[in-house]
Amino acid sequence: MNPSYAVPAVALVVVATVLVGAFGLRISRTTSDFYVASRTVGPRLNAAAISGEYLSAASFLGIAGLVLVQGPDMLWYPVGYTAGYLVLLLFVAAPLRRSGAYTLPDFAEARLASQAVRRLAGAFVVGVGWLYLLPQLQGAGLTLSVLTGAPDWLGGVIVAAVVTATVAAGGMRSITFVQAFQYWLKLTALLVPALFLIAAWQADGAPRHAFEEPAGFREQRIVRVDDRVDLKLGRPLTVTVDGTVDGRPHDGTRLTLPPGTHRIERGTELTFDRGTPVPAADRAPGGALAPSRAESREERPLYATYGLILATFLGTMGLPHVVVRFYTSPHGVAARRTTVAVLALIGAFYLLPPVYGALGRLYAPELTLSGDADAAVLLLPGRMLGGTGGDLLGALIAGGAFAAFLSTASGLTMAVAGVLTQDVLPSRGVRHFRLGTVIAMAVPLAASALVGGLPVADAVGLAFAVSASSFCPLLVLGIWWRRLTPPGAAAGMLVGGGTAFAAVAATMAGFPGTGAAHALLAWPALWSVPLGFLTMILVSLATPGRVPAGTAAILARFHLPEELRTEVRTEVTTP
Amino acid sequence: MSDFLAGLLVAVLPLLGIGFWLGRRTAHPEAPGELGTPVEHATFQTLHTASLAAPPLRAGLTEETARKSARRLRSLLGTDALCLTDDRRVLVWDGVGAHHRAEVLERLAGPLETGRGEAFRLDCDTPDCPVRWAVVAPLTVDDRVHGALVACAPRESAVLVRAAGEVARWVSVQLELADLDDSRTRLIEAEIKALRAQISPHFIFNSLAVIASFVRTDPERARELLLEFADFTRYSFRRHGDFTTLADELHAIDHYLALVRARFGDRLSVTLQIAPEVLPVALPFLCLQPLVENAVKHGLEGKTDKCHIQITAQDAGAEALVVIEDDGAGMDPALLRRILAGEVSPSGGIGLSNVDDRLRQVYGDDHGLVIETAPGAGMKITARLPKYQPGVHTAGRIDRP
Repeated sequence: MNPSYAVPAVALVVVATVLVGAFGLRISRTTSDFYVASRTVGPRLNAAAISGEYLSAASFLGIAGLVLVQGPDMLWYPVGYTAGYLVLLLFVAAPLRRSGAYTLPDFAEARLASQAVRRLAGAFVVGVGWLYLLPQLQGAGLTLSVLTGAPDWLGGVIVAAVVTATVAAGGMRSITFVQAFQYWLKLTALLVPALFLIAAWQADGAPRHAFEEPAGFREQRIVRVDDRVDLKLGRPLTVTVDGTVDGRPHDGTRLTLPPGTHRIERGTELTFDRGTPVPAADRAPGGALAPSRAESREERPLYATYGLILATFLGTMGLPHVVVRFYTSPHGVAARRTTVAVLALIGAFYLLPPVYGALGRLYAPELTLSGDADAAVLLLPGRMLGGTGGDLLGALIAGGAFAAFLSTASGLTMAVAGVLTQDVLPSRGVRHFRLGTVIAMAVPLAASALVGGLPVADAVGLAFAVSASSFCPLLVLGIWWRRLTPPGAAAGMLVGGGTAFAAVAATMAGFPGTGAAHALLAWPALWSVPLGFLTMILVSLATPGRVPAGTAAILARFHLPEELRTEVRTEVTTP
Repeated sequence: MSDFLAGLLVAVLPLLGIGFWLGRRTAHPEAPGELGTPVEHATFQTLHTASLAAPPLRAGLTEETARKSARRLRSLLGTDALCLTDDRRVLVWDGVGAHHRAEVLERLAGPLETGRGEAFRLDCDTPDCPVRWAVVAPLTVDDRVHGALVACAPRESAVLVRAAGEVARWVSVQLELADLDDSRTRLIEAEIKALRAQISPHFIFNSLAVIASFVRTDPERARELLLEFADFTRYSFRRHGDFTTLADELHAIDHYLALVRARFGDRLSVTLQIAPEVLPVALPFLCLQPLVENAVKHGLEGKTDKCHIQITAQDAGAEALVVIEDDGAGMDPALLRRILAGEVSPSGGIGLSNVDDRLRQVYGDDHGLVIETAPGAGMKITARLPKYQPGVHTAGRIDRP
């Protein structure tokens, strides 16, 4: 990868984002015509903005990496990320908009008239936001280190600094335009290189064995192992070793390793022959990376897959940066239309990462060994095309990747900072919003330095699991069940979201390493979501006296189209 | 190992945060151990319990508020059982012996009628019933009996009779304050209702005069202006809901400005810069139009040349920031302060002070108008509108013409 193209591309994206954010509004909306000025955001523009905010590092880099390492089972990730909007469309979108709530804590207060539940929802927004910001920063670090060889933490620091500065300075004024711009940028950055790569693949004779067989080397290749790994061999492997294998130093010796587990120390270079299948690698304990959830996925594929499906299907509705964007729709029907458009836009985008994953299995299989599978998207153009063309396409992808980090990170930072300012920090005001922004970004930045690399898409999956276990019961029951009570909602969020959060923390801490317990903790959604629903329902039924007054009027407002609303006398309370 | 520690740290940090937050919420202002003598300590305890029982009662006497305050009141009196009633039923029974509910309610008829306290023996078939005796103290607000406080004890006690009377009087004061709060809210609501129906009579007169001047020379224009006038008055006389959306309010301002432009022609120019994200924000009905009217008045006052008005609405996180700026005559800040304080009445139309009052009433005191002005330097009015506020929602959808 040639940094002389990529670095300007990344810089260009950053500058363009800041400029569109600061001046997009001024240029497009200064007018003396009221009808032009008060044109609300149409469903298509809003959908592009939601998609731009939603498509994060996990979508841009992570999915291709997972498909590369683990094959077609991982296609559930893009399916889940998209289908979450279907659930949102069916159950939540229009009533949420009609509730008039801007954030999730607002919704809790509007539905249950309880400050305690509001604060609890705020705490979960902060938790989910931080969990989701973490992989964005890690992804940025990875991208920059692949592009320029910079240290791992630098990319994260750059993204954090740019986002904190623009958000704190109020530079994201025309956020809808920025995010819509980012969506089209991301789509272009994946689509154009994908077309070239597919052409190159055709020219190569269109080899098709990407998924049928274990990935194999198509030519002789030298792989440098950056972190200690354990190789699991099913058959003998012949390889030339320059470094340390199983504690014995070798210097360019040709070895045949017997079946079993072999430890490769860091810095070792392995030369594989053409046609050798790529061996399965495990991060050795004590390495810089936390154990991935991949292991439990291999042991219990069905459980892991269902856990993933449930988390992504139900988690989307609780993502704080997605929820606030629905406020921009002028009414409930527009919110539904927006969601349909989002489904189309996101569906189109998610066709692309699996293409990169499949091509990566063919042309860059050694990434499974070096631990940089997430970088597959960035490396492929250089690998398959080479030359200036490859460098330029690589630069385009790098720019798109940074757009992904920036847009998702700024959306999340605004959401988290908003909650911190409103519900946690002592008093309100502009200065406190700035303080909130800094805190919102500092915590995940510190955490990303501490926990090392979980695969990006996996880490996002954990944020989805927490969101699905806490906010999904609150939203679905809050909108569709009139007997929900504040104690029930609080208990359900605490039990469902709290246990999911504890499981996530245990997984990140690498505890326990293996076995059924590990699988349960690594994929918590399958038990924590039903637990959250059950607790919320049972506690609500046990406290029938605490159903908020005016529930019928509130639910009528959620569900009636706005035209009919004048017929209903809603209770207006002023504090 | 370092992974494990790092992960643990990440897991523990949020827990610490939650713990800190809970601690801050539940912390007592002062630890009782810091106080001096036992008497001072007891005084402090009593006052503290009383102050904890007060806030729920400030919302009036309902089952919910009675439930919240009964436990505190019981510990204040130190009895085994305490009961709060309104004039018909038992609201809450805190403590032992709840099977006496019906009996107590029967015996209440007298005290509720006369408004005088009473003590009586409780009949009970249960041999080891913990309460044998009850004292009733009525709760009166403005000489009307609203309910009663009943304290039960195992045996007669003159001290309890006195104490119950005092506590009942204290509760009555809280209820009186609740009544006062209520009437204050009603007053402000009535004020808002009175305000919103009021568009400036000068404006109606001037508009009709302008339209009349066009009737012969340019009938088509006169017809258009009449329609604008009809649209504007329909909006301002609208009956349903106290709140509207920013988009609708902007359309009303547009109709208003069309009529003003017919009168002043080219002397008035307006620029808009509206972030589309904030158009769905709900806000009190007709609270921006008076600001624009004010800007027009100040902009054209005492000047013969042009006036420029700029209307900006920005997205600022959980709030919308609306700024209305004119380059007109401006105003002396001291005079403006007196107008806003209600000491001087403004010279007609819906004044700034009314808009300011309404915004404060709906959104709280930190959301009043911010006005920057000086004589000859124009005026800049900033309003901060939260995107969400409990109880603020629009009645109808934004309809596009």
